[in-house]
Amino acid sequence: MMKAEAAGQRESSLSGSFGRHQSRGFAAEAAALADEKETIQVTFVDKNGEEKQIRVPMGVNMLQAAHDNDIELEGACEGSLACSTCHVIIMDQDLYDKMEEPSDEENDMLDLAFGLTETSRLGCQVVASPELDGMKLRLPAATRNFYVDGHKPEPH
Amino acid sequence: MYANENEEEGGGAKRAQDAGEATNASFLRFAVVGSGPAGFYTADRLLKTFQNAAVDIIERLPTPFGLIRSGVAPDHPETKAVINQFSAVAAGERVGFFGNVTLGKDVSVEELQQLYHGVVLAYGAESCRTLGAPGEDLPNVLSAREFVWWYNGHPDYVSLPVDLESAETAVILGQGNVALDCARILLRNTDELAKTDIAAHALEALRKSKVRRVLVVGRRGPAQAACTAKEVREILGGGLATGLKDVKITIHDSDLQTTALDQEEMKASRTHRRVFDLLQKAASRPPPAGATKELEWVFFRSPVSFYASKDEQGKQTVGGVRFQKTRLEGGGNGRSQRAVGLAEFEDVPAGLVLRSIGYKSLPVPGLPFDYQKGVVPHQQGRVLSSEGASASASGAPAGEVPGLYVVGWLKRGPTGIIGTNLIDAEETVASIAEDAKRGLIGGFDAARQGGEGLRLLLRDKGVTHVPFEGWKRIDAVEVERGADKGKPREKMVDVQEMVKVAGSTS
Repeated sequence: MMKAEAAGQRESSLSGSFGRHQSRGFAAEAAALADEKETIQVTFVDKNGEEKQIRVPMGVNMLQAAHDNDIELEGACEGSLACSTCHVIIMDQDLYDKMEEPSDEENDMLDLAFGLTETSRLGCQVVASPELDGMKLRLPAATRNFYVDGHKPEPH
Repeated sequence: MYANENEEEGGGAKRAQDAGEATNASFLRFAVVGSGPAGFYTADRLLKTFQNAAVDIIERLPTPFGLIRSGVAPDHPETKAVINQFSAVAAGERVGFFGNVTLGKDVSVEELQQLYHGVVLAYGAESCRTLGAPGEDLPNVLSAREFVWWYNGHPDYVSLPVDLESAETAVILGQGNVALDCARILLRNTDELAKTDIAAHALEALRKSKVRRVLVVGRRGPAQAACTAKEVREILGGGLATGLKDVKITIHDSDLQTTALDQEEMKASRTHRRVFDLLQKAASRPPPAGATKELEWVFFRSPVSFYASKDEQGKQTVGGVRFQKTRLEGGGNGRSQRAVGLAEFEDVPAGLVLRSIGYKSLPVPGLPFDYQKGVVPHQQGRVLSSEGASASASGAPAGEVPGLYVVGWLKRGPTGIIGTNLIDAEETVASIAEDAKRGLIGGFDAARQGGEGLRLLLRDKGVTHVPFEGWKRIDAVEVERGADKGKPREKMVDVQEMVKVAGSTS
């Protein structure tokens, strides 16, 4: 929670990707108003491999940015570090290495992320900053049979 | 009654009868049974996949959200935030909510199949595994699920006979997240709990609780513990804001010795590795000054039986658990090690025992069911008939029951987190979309009246259903009652009261 707030996140408009009820929050307005210098370019690659380039104002996290741009990214816990539905994969290893390490709390949730990779992060914890300009993010694709993906019921 | 007469109240997907959709051959009607995460994610994905479809969600309680309401611990409010998204789904024009309607009692699988093009079962796992051990039915030997539903105010378990006043030591069998939830609730300062949405009856009982020591017991070792890092970090305290305070953590060094096979298992599982690290660190940490309670992790013990004792009034209750010591066997090559008994026994006194060894789904008449696994047999969410190929006459592939689907715990067993159900729902909805494309479901059929038909059926049967508007009235009253006490809500725990409040016009 504290981490999320520090990340400049506003809970009120982190309403998930369920469309209808979303307010186009200040991030979108800010994006329209801001000088390009105050935004960075981010590319989201969706589950079908389609790319969408957006501009994200500094200080805005990727969950918020996705929602402000009608990109389907779930945010079940609304950015409070209690789920892993906003899981994104940083496509550039070098860029991932330059980013601050995920916190313990973020790692706790990444443990449970579907299709975890070496460069996985939670969208709500990745905040736009100058060094992330040009970042490419992939949304994990669900396989047809998700049991294959590491899931196995644990015998007690 | 109110709901049956008031069209605006919803209950059937609201616009389904408008705009000639009833006669539109491509219009699809779906029923989703169960309103927990699996049910709601399925409804959402159905609506997104089919622009010309309506979805009715059927729920046996007047209140929606399943385990988000009755499972997620009261001190995990952030996990419940997903309710906001689900409420937005329920408010959609193509969605209806039928609360207080029980599958197999108020409406049958067959009746739903007649009314809807597709029926998706998402009613979860409302029972639990048992050990089958002698003494398991002694007073104060309870299932963790019952205990959880009790402290979360589930109407079915309000009067669960849990006695916290004659027990100083509680044993929890199992080391998964449910076990840790129970341990945390037993050990957490009640002034902290008083600010959560914990049920009033549970808070009162916990305030009087004499339980000072909780043992969480696993058959295997710390490298195999079934819990996840967040829950471990929280229960170990360690200065975390939401962590337990004033609790001494006991983990025996001898249990922390790992073998090469343990190392191999941990290498393959990030969660197990991180949980082990947390336990190892906690083992060497000095207890907090003034610790009044204790949490002990007990490994390599398998429960054999429960023995009785008499409480202060001379009433028979549980006195403790007999354990068999275990060691690990097998494993390697990606397989997990198993616990095997060493024929060495140990009695551990305990006045309260919670079995946290897994949930189990229950069958309903007319639905194929795998009794061995406690789930509905399925192929990527398509229900498979118990009799094998009998359904093939319908044109569906051999063994499949056309138009009948399953999702969530009823499909994959009781594992995973809320988000797992999203992936799961996507799989089931992809199967439904394929079936629609292949013409296995859909097409105009006058009998498929969807929510309108269900409403009439329920009226004829004298069943009062609670629409989402009704739940919102319950919600408002709960929040109001909670505000008086500094709680986010005070849950209503009586179904009759819920139905009454839901039907009130204000």
